[in-house]
Amino acid sequence: MKKTYKIEVDCANCANKMEDAARKTAGVKEATVNFMTQKMIVEFDEGADAASVMENVAAACKKVEDDCEIYL
Amino acid sequence: MTRKQKKMLIRIVIAAVLMVVLHFLPEFVQVSNTPLFLLWLVPYGIIGYDILKKAWKGILNRQVFDENFLMAVATLGALAIGLLKTGDYDEAVAVMLFYQIGELFQSYAVGKSRRNISELMDIRPDYANIEQDGQLVRVDPDEVEVGAVITVNPGEKIPIDGMVETGESSLNTSALTGESVPRDVKPGDEVVSGCINMSGVLRIRTTKAFGESTVSRVLDLVENASSRKSRSENFIARFARYYTPVVVIGAAALAVLPPLVRLVLSLPPEWGEWIYRALTFLVISCPCALVISIPLSFFAGIGGAGKAGVLIKGSNYLEALAKTGTVVFDKTGTLTMGVFDVVDIHHSELDRETMLEYAALAECASSHPIAASIRKAWGKPVDLSRVGKVEEIGGNGVVVEIDGKQVAAGSSRLMRRLGVGPIECRSAGTIVHMAIGGEYAGHIVISDVVKPDAAEAIASLKRAGVRSTVMLTGDGPSAAAQVAEALGIDRVHSDLLPGDKVDKVEELLKEKKAGETLAFVGDGINDAPVLSRADLGIAMGAMGSDAAIEAADVVLMDDNPLKVSKAIRIARKCMGIVRENIAFALGVKAICLVLGALGIANMWLAVFADVGVMILAVLNAIRALFVSRL
Repeated sequence: MKKTYKIEVDCANCANKMEDAARKTAGVKEATVNFMTQKMIVEFDEGADAASVMENVAAACKKVEDDCEIYL
Repeated sequence: MTRKQKKMLIRIVIAAVLMVVLHFLPEFVQVSNTPLFLLWLVPYGIIGYDILKKAWKGILNRQVFDENFLMAVATLGALAIGLLKTGDYDEAVAVMLFYQIGELFQSYAVGKSRRNISELMDIRPDYANIEQDGQLVRVDPDEVEVGAVITVNPGEKIPIDGMVETGESSLNTSALTGESVPRDVKPGDEVVSGCINMSGVLRIRTTKAFGESTVSRVLDLVENASSRKSRSENFIARFARYYTPVVVIGAAALAVLPPLVRLVLSLPPEWGEWIYRALTFLVISCPCALVISIPLSFFAGIGGAGKAGVLIKGSNYLEALAKTGTVVFDKTGTLTMGVFDVVDIHHSELDRETMLEYAALAECASSHPIAASIRKAWGKPVDLSRVGKVEEIGGNGVVVEIDGKQVAAGSSRLMRRLGVGPIECRSAGTIVHMAIGGEYAGHIVISDVVKPDAAEAIASLKRAGVRSTVMLTGDGPSAAAQVAEALGIDRVHSDLLPGDKVDKVEELLKEKKAGETLAFVGDGINDAPVLSRADLGIAMGAMGSDAAIEAADVVLMDDNPLKVSKAIRIARKCMGIVRENIAFALGVKAICLVLGALGIANMWLAVFADVGVMILAVLNAIRALFVSRL
């Protein structure tokens, strides 16, 4: 299952960090952050609950880059 | 500018003014060091409070190597040196100030180019006109059902794919195809969304939902394109992960090791000097110039290509496109129009009409384009009652009973199988031999018309640096060779059945040089497997063809073969800019690091280099957007 989320992040390196953090979150199979279009595309593991996984992703992203927003 | 950017601009101006005032203050008033330090803290706080806050949060979240932390350490260190030794605070504030100016410029430039690109692709229609109770009502195109009739006035965009019911007009397709020649439409013609209606009122019966219409698919494709990252982007992301820690460790070593060595050699250790050099290192350590300019270059390149009617589905494909060494064409529909016409009848005792009538009767049951072209040349309805038993001889032709006589139409192989000696033909095209009542009756030459730009397209591929061009076709060897020679194509593989094309492409894939890309150009009809098998699948004339948009990596919106070389040139330019930016940003950083370590570069130079490189790299990246003259 693949979902796209709108995000807000200021710098390109921060976007890379968010991508890294999202990939390491449990339940995420693959994550791509597109800095230019301000979008995060997340592919979830089979059977994972997207809503709860995304909460963890958002928390992980906040941790590496305080100044970011994911619109769930 | 956004609210956030405006606020930052105000902070920068205030800090800059205070900085100038404080710089000249000691010349007019006697101030001792400590109050001066406290005064300098004011502009420092104004310009840098958010950096300090973020650095602190970063430490709490165990993210020590982030650029906020580095900037905080470098500037606080510079303030400390000022307080303890030099009494000079300009530097700390200036570093913070320029860093913030750089960040502001970056966010402004990125936002601006993002808007530019979306404006280029501004083909999204906002509404559709629907007639309700005799009046036109504007509705959301999403709400229009398939089969509804919409009205498009002159000057409006066609919101949904459909067929013209009434009205005649010319359409401006340039937003989709990059082609400026308008297209005339009349009732019965298919029209695609995204075109602008120029002259007459059109009433269009929709054939697709808005979400499935060309314009929605194209926008979706372009918006998601930069999510497929290229190798360069991945390289930079990995590089940035190591670069910062390495520079920080280097800075620590620079602060500690030389003084220790000097102590051992019983020289004065000069701690202050070496710590200052280490702080200079930290200022250079931010990788942002590099990290921002690469995705921006790709984004601009893909956006510019989209404007020219070339849709590239991802940065990785743009990278592959730039390395194209071999271009394989599926002849029909790419180099030729894909429309067959009867051009001649040879060696026939019968008159043209009779010959065509027999042929049309023989081919009455076939849906093959060749059969269709024969029926079109005959031009009259076919009397099916005259046709008896029909036998298809797989891939070779048909044997049919007409008025009780056996009539065969097909390849020379079919003729030989029936014991009839065919006369071979030297004309280019597909040859349909005819035998009537067991006697050879001559042959019909059917040819696909070569596109006017095909020869120029091959020549311009050569100029763009493509080493080898290959043509695949189902035609016979002599006809194929003739077309290839006329167009200047290097190699031809003829007599191919549709299934052979995948095998042929696989053979060619094995032959090509490592590091080069093999691109396959098809018209999207029946060649989806080949499109996906090649390194790079280019589908042509895809306005409205879903299968092609799905299977290909690069989609040319119109069917002009010149666009293939244009696409390659756009990709090469973009990759050139990417390489320039990587080399430039890395080079300047490396030079600054060396100069900093030797004590030649001070913090001023370091921060100028950092911000300057970023501004130049971003401006260079935006250059990828301009592709019209390629």
